[in-house]
Amino acid sequence: MADGATDTNTGTSTDTITMRVTRYRPEDGELEPTTQDYEIPLRNDWAVLDGLNHIKDHIDATLSYRWSCRMGICGSCGMLINGEPKLTCEAFLTDYAPGPVRVEPLANFPVIRDLVVEIGSFMRKLPQVKPWIIEDEPPGDGEHRQTPAQVAEYQQYSMCINCMLCYSACPIVGLDEHFLGPAAIALAQRYNLDSRDHGVLDRLEVLSTDDGIWGCTFVGECTTACPKGVDPAGAIQRYKLSAATESLKAFVLPKSRRARTANRETPNGGTS
Amino acid sequence: MTVKDAPGAPGGYTEFHPRWYRRPMPVFWWVRRRSYLAFVARELSSVFVAWFVVFLLLLIRAVGQGDAAYQRFLDWAANPFVIAVNVIALGFVVFHAITWFNLAPQAMVVRMRGERVPPRMIAGGNYLAWVVASAIVIWIVLA
Repeated sequence: MADGATDTNTGTSTDTITMRVTRYRPEDGELEPTTQDYEIPLRNDWAVLDGLNHIKDHIDATLSYRWSCRMGICGSCGMLINGEPKLTCEAFLTDYAPGPVRVEPLANFPVIRDLVVEIGSFMRKLPQVKPWIIEDEPPGDGEHRQTPAQVAEYQQYSMCINCMLCYSACPIVGLDEHFLGPAAIALAQRYNLDSRDHGVLDRLEVLSTDDGIWGCTFVGECTTACPKGVDPAGAIQRYKLSAATESLKAFVLPKSRRARTANRETPNGGTS
Repeated sequence: MTVKDAPGAPGGYTEFHPRWYRRPMPVFWWVRRRSYLAFVARELSSVFVAWFVVFLLLLIRAVGQGDAAYQRFLDWAANPFVIAVNVIALGFVVFHAITWFNLAPQAMVVRMRGERVPPRMIAGGNYLAWVVASAIVIWIVLA
Protein backbone atom coordinates (compact mmCIF):
# COMPACT_ATOMS: atom_id res chain seq x y z
CA MET A 1 0.00 0.00 0.00
CA ALA A 2 1.60 3.21 -1.19
CA ASP A 3 -0.47 5.61 0.87
CA GLY A 4 -0.58 4.90 4.61
CA ALA A 5 -3.51 7.24 5.20
CA THR A 6 -5.80 5.07 3.14
CA ASP A 7 -4.64 1.75 4.57
CA THR A 8 -7.36 0.10 6.62
CA ASN A 9 -4.72 -1.83 8.54
CA THR A 10 -2.79 1.15 9.96
CA GLY A 11 -5.52 2.09 12.41
CA THR A 12 -4.75 5.79 11.82
CA SER A 13 -7.04 8.25 10.05
CA THR A 14 -8.74 5.94 7.56
CA ASP A 15 -10.52 7.64 4.70
CA THR A 16 -13.96 6.43 3.82
CA ILE A 17 -16.43 7.23 1.08
CA THR A 18 -20.19 6.81 0.93
CA MET A 19 -21.69 4.79 -1.88
CA ARG A 20 -25.33 5.66 -2.55
CA VAL A 21 -26.60 2.50 -4.20
CA THR A 22 -29.97 1.95 -5.86
CA ARG A 23 -31.87 -0.97 -4.38
CA TYR A 24 -34.92 -2.62 -5.87
CA ARG A 25 -36.32 -5.77 -4.26
CA PRO A 26 -39.52 -6.82 -6.01
CA GLU A 27 -39.53 -10.11 -4.09
CA ASP A 28 -40.14 -8.04 -0.92
CA GLY A 29 -43.09 -6.32 -2.58
CA GLU A 30 -41.18 -3.12 -3.46
CA LEU A 31 -42.82 -1.29 -6.36
CA GLU A 32 -40.09 1.30 -6.87
CA PRO A 33 -36.34 1.47 -6.34
CA THR A 34 -34.93 3.13 -3.24
CA THR A 35 -31.40 4.13 -2.36
CA GLN A 36 -29.20 2.80 0.38
CA ASP A 37 -25.97 4.36 1.66
CA TYR A 38 -22.91 2.27 2.45
CA GLU A 39 -19.75 3.62 4.01
CA ILE A 40 -16.72 1.88 2.60
CA PRO A 41 -12.94 2.40 2.85
CA LEU A 42 -11.56 4.78 0.22
CA ARG A 43 -8.50 3.20 -1.29
CA ASN A 44 -6.42 4.49 -4.19
CA ASP A 45 -6.56 1.20 -6.04
CA TRP A 46 -10.29 0.63 -5.71
CA ALA A 47 -12.72 1.09 -8.53
CA VAL A 48 -16.47 1.43 -7.91
CA LEU A 49 -16.75 -2.30 -8.60
CA ASP A 50 -14.28 -3.04 -5.79
CA GLY A 51 -16.49 -0.93 -3.56
CA LEU A 52 -19.54 -2.98 -4.55
CA ASN A 53 -17.61 -6.20 -3.92
CA HIS A 54 -16.61 -4.87 -0.49
CA ILE A 55 -20.27 -4.17 0.30
CA LYS A 56 -21.30 -7.62 -0.92
CA ASP A 57 -18.55 -9.40 1.05
CA HIS A 58 -18.53 -7.40 4.30
CA ILE A 59 -21.63 -5.23 4.69
CA ASP A 60 -24.70 -6.45 2.82
CA ALA A 61 -24.74 -9.77 0.99
CA THR A 62 -28.22 -9.10 -0.45
CA LEU A 63 -26.93 -6.53 -2.97
CA SER A 64 -27.26 -7.73 -6.60
CA TYR A 65 -25.11 -6.55 -9.52
CA ARG A 66 -23.37 -8.03 -12.55
CA TRP A 67 -19.65 -8.25 -13.01
CA SER A 68 -17.05 -10.64 -14.31
CA CYS A 69 -13.57 -9.74 -15.55
CA ARG A 70 -12.67 -6.57 -13.54
CA MET A 71 -10.51 -5.39 -16.46
CA GLY A 72 -12.82 -3.64 -18.90
CA ILE A 73 -13.28 -6.38 -21.45
CA CYS A 74 -16.30 -8.49 -20.46
CA GLY A 75 -18.74 -5.58 -20.62
CA SER A 76 -20.99 -6.80 -17.81
CA CYS A 77 -20.40 -4.23 -15.04
CA GLY A 78 -21.86 -1.16 -16.74
CA MET A 79 -23.87 1.09 -14.40
CA LEU A 80 -24.67 4.76 -13.96
CA ILE A 81 -22.09 6.42 -11.73
CA ASN A 82 -23.23 9.89 -10.68
CA GLY A 83 -25.63 9.68 -13.60
CA GLU A 84 -23.00 8.83 -16.22
CA PRO A 85 -22.93 5.40 -17.88
CA LYS A 86 -19.58 3.81 -17.03
CA LEU A 87 -17.91 0.46 -16.55
CA THR A 88 -17.65 0.25 -12.76
CA CYS A 89 -14.32 -1.59 -13.04
CA GLU A 90 -12.82 1.45 -14.80
CA ALA A 91 -14.23 4.18 -12.55
CA PHE A 92 -11.93 4.83 -9.61
CA LEU A 93 -13.45 5.81 -6.29
CA THR A 94 -10.80 8.49 -5.66
CA ASP A 95 -12.08 10.37 -8.72
CA TYR A 96 -15.43 10.72 -6.94
CA ALA A 97 -14.08 11.72 -3.51
CA PRO A 98 -15.34 13.06 -1.18
CA GLY A 99 -18.56 11.47 -2.39
CA PRO A 100 -21.20 10.27 -2.02
CA VAL A 101 -20.91 8.20 -5.19
CA ARG A 102 -24.29 7.46 -6.71
CA VAL A 103 -24.49 4.00 -8.29
CA GLU A 104 -27.63 3.25 -10.31
CA PRO A 105 -28.60 0.57 -12.83
CA LEU A 106 -28.13 1.41 -16.53
CA ALA A 107 -30.81 3.74 -17.88
CA ASN A 108 -33.19 2.72 -20.69
CA PHE A 109 -33.45 -0.89 -19.52
CA PRO A 110 -35.98 -2.41 -17.12
CA VAL A 111 -34.54 -3.21 -13.69
CA ILE A 112 -34.77 -6.78 -12.45
CA ARG A 113 -33.20 -6.30 -9.05
CA ASP A 114 -30.95 -3.63 -7.49
CA LEU A 115 -28.33 -2.87 -10.18
CA VAL A 116 -29.23 -5.72 -12.54
CA VAL A 117 -31.04 -4.73 -15.73
CA GLU A 118 -32.99 -6.84 -18.21
CA ILE A 119 -31.07 -6.83 -21.51
CA GLY A 120 -33.50 -8.84 -23.65
CA SER A 121 -34.31 -5.86 -25.89
CA PHE A 122 -30.63 -5.49 -26.81
CA MET A 123 -30.19 -9.23 -27.33
CA ARG A 124 -33.15 -9.26 -29.75
CA LYS A 125 -31.89 -6.23 -31.69
CA LEU A 126 -28.33 -7.48 -32.23
CA PRO A 127 -29.02 -10.43 -34.59
CA GLN A 128 -31.40 -8.29 -36.68
CA VAL A 129 -28.44 -6.53 -38.30
CA LYS A 130 -26.93 -9.88 -39.39
CA PRO A 131 -23.63 -9.42 -37.56
CA TRP A 132 -21.72 -12.11 -39.40
CA ILE A 133 -19.81 -12.36 -42.66
CA ILE A 134 -22.21 -12.92 -45.54
CA GLU A 135 -20.38 -14.50 -48.46
CA ASP A 136 -21.33 -14.78 -52.10
CA GLU A 137 -19.16 -17.86 -52.53
CA PRO A 138 -16.55 -19.53 -50.32
CA PRO A 139 -12.93 -18.56 -51.00
CA GLY A 140 -11.12 -20.88 -53.41
CA ASP A 141 -8.10 -21.84 -51.32
CA GLY A 142 -9.92 -21.98 -47.98
CA GLU A 143 -8.85 -18.62 -46.60
CA HIS A 144 -9.76 -15.01 -47.03
CA ARG A 145 -6.72 -12.78 -47.11
CA GLN A 146 -6.84 -9.18 -45.98
CA THR A 147 -4.29 -6.43 -46.16
CA PRO A 148 -3.55 -4.43 -42.97
CA ALA A 149 -5.38 -1.51 -44.58
CA GLN A 150 -8.49 -3.64 -45.08
CA VAL A 151 -8.37 -4.78 -41.44
CA ALA A 152 -7.87 -1.20 -40.24
CA GLU A 153 -11.02 -0.24 -42.10
CA TYR A 154 -13.34 -2.09 -39.72
CA GLN A 155 -11.17 -2.85 -36.68
CA GLN A 156 -12.39 0.12 -34.63
CA TYR A 157 -16.00 -1.09 -34.94
CA SER A 158 -15.02 -4.64 -33.96
CA MET A 159 -13.84 -3.44 -30.52
CA CYS A 160 -17.41 -3.36 -29.13
CA ILE A 161 -17.83 -5.44 -25.96
CA ASN A 162 -21.66 -5.22 -25.82
CA CYS A 163 -21.57 -3.37 -22.50
CA MET A 164 -24.68 -1.36 -23.49
CA LEU A 165 -23.35 1.92 -22.08
CA CYS A 166 -24.25 3.54 -25.42
CA TYR A 167 -27.87 2.35 -25.08
CA SER A 168 -27.97 3.87 -21.63
CA ALA A 169 -26.54 7.17 -22.91
CA CYS A 170 -28.84 7.46 -25.94
CA PRO A 171 -32.08 9.41 -25.38
CA ILE A 172 -33.56 7.95 -28.58
CA VAL A 173 -33.29 4.45 -27.10
CA GLY A 174 -35.20 5.74 -24.06
CA LEU A 175 -37.89 7.46 -26.15
CA ASP A 176 -38.35 4.79 -28.83
CA GLU A 177 -38.02 1.19 -27.68
CA HIS A 178 -37.89 -0.07 -31.30
CA PHE A 179 -34.79 1.95 -32.24
CA LEU A 180 -32.02 -0.51 -33.10
CA GLY A 181 -29.52 1.53 -31.14
CA PRO A 182 -25.86 2.55 -31.41
CA ALA A 183 -23.99 -0.73 -30.81
CA ALA A 184 -26.11 -2.80 -33.21
CA ILE A 185 -25.67 -0.28 -36.04
CA ALA A 186 -21.94 0.09 -35.35
CA LEU A 187 -21.66 -3.70 -35.47
CA ALA A 188 -23.50 -3.77 -38.81
CA GLN A 189 -20.97 -1.24 -40.06
CA ARG A 190 -18.15 -3.46 -38.81
CA TYR A 191 -19.32 -6.19 -41.23
CA ASN A 192 -20.24 -3.79 -44.04
CA LEU A 193 -16.71 -2.42 -44.05
CA ASP A 194 -15.11 -5.88 -43.99
CA SER A 195 -13.65 -6.73 -47.39
CA ARG A 196 -14.75 -10.39 -46.98
CA ASP A 197 -18.39 -9.47 -46.55
CA HIS A 198 -21.07 -9.12 -49.25
CA GLY A 199 -24.08 -8.39 -47.05
CA VAL A 200 -24.35 -4.61 -47.47
CA LEU A 201 -27.67 -4.74 -49.31
CA ASP A 202 -29.12 -7.39 -46.96
CA ARG A 203 -28.36 -5.13 -43.99
CA LEU A 204 -29.51 -1.98 -45.76
CA GLU A 205 -33.11 -3.26 -45.66
CA VAL A 206 -32.96 -3.52 -41.86
CA LEU A 207 -30.84 -0.44 -41.25
CA SER A 208 -32.11 2.18 -43.68
CA THR A 209 -35.40 2.48 -41.78
CA ASP A 210 -36.98 4.75 -39.17
CA ASP A 211 -36.04 2.27 -36.46
CA GLY A 212 -32.54 2.01 -37.89
CA ILE A 213 -30.13 4.75 -38.91
CA TRP A 214 -32.84 7.33 -39.64
CA GLY A 215 -34.07 7.10 -36.04
CA CYS A 216 -30.72 8.51 -34.91
CA THR A 217 -30.65 12.29 -34.47
CA PHE A 218 -26.89 12.45 -33.78
CA VAL A 219 -26.93 13.36 -30.11
CA GLY A 220 -23.44 11.87 -30.03
CA GLU A 221 -23.58 10.65 -26.41
CA CYS A 222 -23.06 7.00 -27.43
CA THR A 223 -19.56 7.90 -28.62
CA THR A 224 -18.85 9.80 -25.40
CA ALA A 225 -19.98 6.85 -23.29
CA CYS A 226 -18.17 4.12 -25.25
CA PRO A 227 -15.29 2.67 -23.19
CA LYS A 228 -13.68 1.12 -26.27
CA GLY A 229 -13.50 4.07 -28.69
CA VAL A 230 -15.89 2.46 -31.14
CA ASP A 231 -17.58 5.79 -32.09
CA PRO A 232 -21.07 4.42 -32.83
CA ALA A 233 -22.35 7.94 -33.63
CA GLY A 234 -19.72 8.27 -36.37
CA ALA A 235 -20.60 4.81 -37.69
CA ILE A 236 -24.28 5.74 -37.96
CA GLN A 237 -23.62 9.05 -39.72
CA ARG A 238 -21.24 7.36 -42.18
CA TYR A 239 -23.96 4.79 -42.77
CA LYS A 240 -26.54 7.52 -43.41
CA LEU A 241 -24.25 9.05 -46.01
CA SER A 242 -23.67 5.74 -47.82
CA ALA A 243 -27.35 4.70 -47.56
CA ALA A 244 -28.42 8.03 -49.05
CA THR A 245 -25.86 7.67 -51.84
CA GLU A 246 -27.02 4.10 -52.43
CA SER A 247 -30.71 5.02 -52.74
CA LEU A 248 -29.81 7.93 -55.02
CA LYS A 249 -27.83 5.56 -57.24
CA ALA A 250 -30.69 3.04 -57.20
CA PHE A 251 -33.01 5.83 -58.31
CA VAL A 252 -30.76 7.01 -61.13
CA LEU A 253 -29.51 3.58 -62.24
CA PRO A 254 -32.11 1.04 -61.06
CA LYS A 255 -30.69 -1.95 -62.94
CA SER A 256 -27.07 -2.07 -61.83
CA ARG A 257 -27.82 -2.39 -58.12
CA ARG A 258 -26.29 -5.82 -57.60
CA ALA A 259 -23.11 -4.93 -59.47
CA ARG A 260 -22.39 -2.07 -57.09
CA THR A 261 -22.25 -4.32 -54.04
CA ALA A 262 -18.67 -5.15 -54.93
CA ASN A 263 -17.80 -1.49 -55.25
CA ARG A 264 -18.63 -0.34 -51.78
CA GLU A 265 -16.51 1.59 -49.36
CA THR A 266 -13.21 -0.26 -48.99
CA PRO A 267 -9.68 1.08 -49.20
CA ASN A 268 -9.08 -0.49 -52.60
CA GLY A 269 -12.58 0.18 -53.81
CA GLY A 270 -13.35 -3.53 -54.11
CA THR A 271 -13.13 -6.94 -52.56
CA SER A 272 -10.02 -8.97 -51.88
CA MET B 1 -51.20 -0.58 -7.74
CA THR B 2 -50.99 -4.06 -6.34
CA VAL B 3 -48.01 -6.33 -6.64
CA LYS B 4 -49.91 -8.55 -9.04
CA ASP B 5 -50.60 -5.99 -11.76
CA ALA B 6 -47.35 -4.05 -11.41
CA PRO B 7 -45.50 -3.05 -14.62
CA GLY B 8 -43.33 -5.59 -16.40
CA ALA B 9 -45.09 -8.69 -15.15
CA PRO B 10 -47.88 -9.99 -17.34
CA GLY B 11 -48.58 -12.81 -14.94
CA GLY B 12 -47.59 -10.98 -11.76
CA TYR B 13 -44.55 -11.67 -9.66
CA THR B 14 -43.27 -15.18 -9.23
CA GLU B 15 -40.02 -16.23 -7.68
CA PHE B 16 -38.58 -17.09 -11.09
CA HIS B 17 -40.10 -14.27 -13.08
CA PRO B 18 -39.45 -11.13 -11.09
CA ARG B 19 -41.38 -7.95 -11.72
CA TRP B 20 -39.30 -5.46 -13.67
CA TYR B 21 -39.17 -1.79 -12.85
CA ARG B 22 -39.37 0.44 -15.94
CA ARG B 23 -38.14 3.96 -15.38
CA PRO B 24 -40.28 6.44 -17.29
CA MET B 25 -38.39 8.96 -19.44
CA PRO B 26 -39.03 12.38 -17.85
CA VAL B 27 -40.51 15.07 -20.12
CA PHE B 28 -37.55 17.34 -19.33
CA TRP B 29 -34.89 14.67 -19.94
CA TRP B 30 -33.01 17.16 -22.11
CA VAL B 31 -32.31 19.67 -19.32
CA ARG B 32 -30.58 17.14 -17.11
CA ARG B 33 -27.34 17.06 -19.06
CA ARG B 34 -25.35 19.77 -20.85
CA SER B 35 -24.79 17.63 -23.92
CA TYR B 36 -28.51 16.85 -24.21
CA LEU B 37 -29.34 20.56 -23.89
CA ALA B 38 -26.79 21.42 -26.60
CA PHE B 39 -28.36 18.75 -28.80
CA VAL B 40 -31.90 20.10 -28.36
CA ALA B 41 -30.62 23.65 -29.02
CA ARG B 42 -29.04 22.37 -32.24
CA GLU B 43 -32.33 20.79 -33.31
CA LEU B 44 -34.19 23.99 -32.40
CA SER B 45 -31.75 26.07 -34.45
CA SER B 46 -33.30 24.56 -37.60
CA VAL B 47 -36.36 26.74 -36.98
CA PHE B 48 -34.15 29.84 -37.22
CA VAL B 49 -32.44 28.52 -40.34
CA ALA B 50 -35.93 28.22 -41.84
CA TRP B 51 -36.73 31.78 -40.67
CA PHE B 52 -33.74 33.16 -42.61
CA VAL B 53 -34.95 31.34 -45.71
CA VAL B 54 -38.39 32.96 -45.31
CA PHE B 55 -36.75 36.36 -44.70
CA LEU B 56 -34.67 36.00 -47.87
CA LEU B 57 -37.73 34.98 -49.92
CA LEU B 58 -39.63 38.03 -48.61
CA LEU B 59 -36.68 40.22 -49.62
CA ILE B 60 -36.60 38.73 -53.13
CA ARG B 61 -40.36 39.22 -53.52
CA ALA B 62 -40.07 42.87 -52.39
CA VAL B 63 -37.23 43.51 -54.84
CA GLY B 64 -39.32 41.94 -57.62
CA GLN B 65 -42.27 44.20 -56.83
CA GLY B 66 -40.31 47.41 -57.36
CA ASP B 67 -38.77 50.30 -55.40
CA ALA B 68 -41.77 51.14 -53.20
CA ALA B 69 -42.19 47.53 -52.03
CA TYR B 70 -38.43 47.27 -51.42
CA GLN B 71 -38.50 50.44 -49.33
CA ARG B 72 -41.47 49.06 -47.34
CA PHE B 73 -39.49 45.84 -46.74
CA LEU B 74 -36.45 47.82 -45.52
CA ASP B 75 -38.64 49.84 -43.13
CA TRP B 76 -40.21 46.63 -41.81
CA ALA B 77 -36.78 45.00 -41.40
CA ALA B 78 -35.56 48.07 -39.44
CA ASN B 79 -38.34 47.58 -36.88
CA PRO B 80 -36.71 46.77 -33.48
CA PHE B 81 -38.75 43.59 -33.10
CA VAL B 82 -37.58 42.19 -36.47
CA ILE B 83 -33.98 43.20 -35.65
CA ALA B 84 -34.23 41.39 -32.29
CA VAL B 85 -35.59 38.26 -33.99
CA ASN B 86 -32.80 38.39 -36.56
CA VAL B 87 -30.08 38.83 -33.92
CA ILE B 88 -31.38 35.80 -31.99
CA ALA B 89 -31.70 33.87 -35.26
CA LEU B 90 -28.12 34.78 -36.21
CA GLY B 91 -26.87 33.39 -32.89
CA PHE B 92 -28.69 30.10 -33.45
CA VAL B 93 -27.57 29.84 -37.09
CA VAL B 94 -23.92 30.41 -36.13
CA PHE B 95 -24.31 27.74 -33.40
CA HIS B 96 -25.90 25.45 -36.00
CA ALA B 97 -23.09 26.03 -38.49
CA ILE B 98 -20.27 25.54 -35.98
CA THR B 99 -21.72 22.34 -34.48
CA TRP B 100 -22.45 21.06 -37.99
CA PHE B 101 -18.88 21.66 -39.18
CA ASN B 102 -17.47 20.07 -36.03
CA LEU B 103 -19.60 16.96 -36.58
CA ALA B 104 -18.84 16.69 -40.29
CA PRO B 105 -15.58 14.69 -39.89
CA GLN B 106 -17.48 11.99 -37.95
CA ALA B 107 -19.81 11.38 -40.89
CA MET B 108 -17.40 11.89 -43.77
CA VAL B 109 -14.52 9.61 -44.59
CA VAL B 110 -12.52 11.14 -47.40
CA ARG B 111 -9.60 9.42 -49.04
CA MET B 112 -6.82 10.95 -51.09
CA ARG B 113 -4.32 8.62 -52.76
CA GLY B 114 -5.50 5.75 -50.55
CA GLU B 115 -4.81 7.67 -47.32
CA ARG B 116 -7.61 8.72 -45.01
CA VAL B 117 -7.79 12.50 -44.74
CA PRO B 118 -7.41 13.46 -41.04
CA PRO B 119 -10.66 14.68 -39.36
CA ARG B 120 -9.15 18.12 -38.65
CA MET B 121 -8.59 18.67 -42.34
CA ILE B 122 -12.24 17.84 -43.12
CA ALA B 123 -13.53 20.25 -40.47
CA GLY B 124 -10.95 22.83 -41.65
CA GLY B 125 -12.13 22.41 -45.24
CA ASN B 126 -15.70 23.06 -44.17
CA TYR B 127 -14.69 26.22 -42.28
CA LEU B 128 -12.63 27.38 -45.25
CA ALA B 129 -15.61 26.90 -47.58
CA TRP B 130 -17.73 28.90 -45.09
CA VAL B 131 -15.24 31.79 -45.05
CA VAL B 132 -14.93 31.79 -48.86
CA ALA B 133 -18.73 31.73 -49.31
CA SER B 134 -19.14 34.57 -46.77
CA ALA B 135 -16.40 36.61 -48.51
CA ILE B 136 -18.15 36.20 -51.87
CA VAL B 137 -21.48 37.31 -50.35
CA ILE B 138 -19.82 40.36 -48.73
CA TRP B 139 -18.10 41.22 -52.01
CA ILE B 140 -21.41 41.01 -53.91
CA VAL B 141 -23.23 43.13 -51.31
CA LEU B 142 -20.52 45.83 -51.13
CA ALA B 143 -19.60 45.91 -54.82
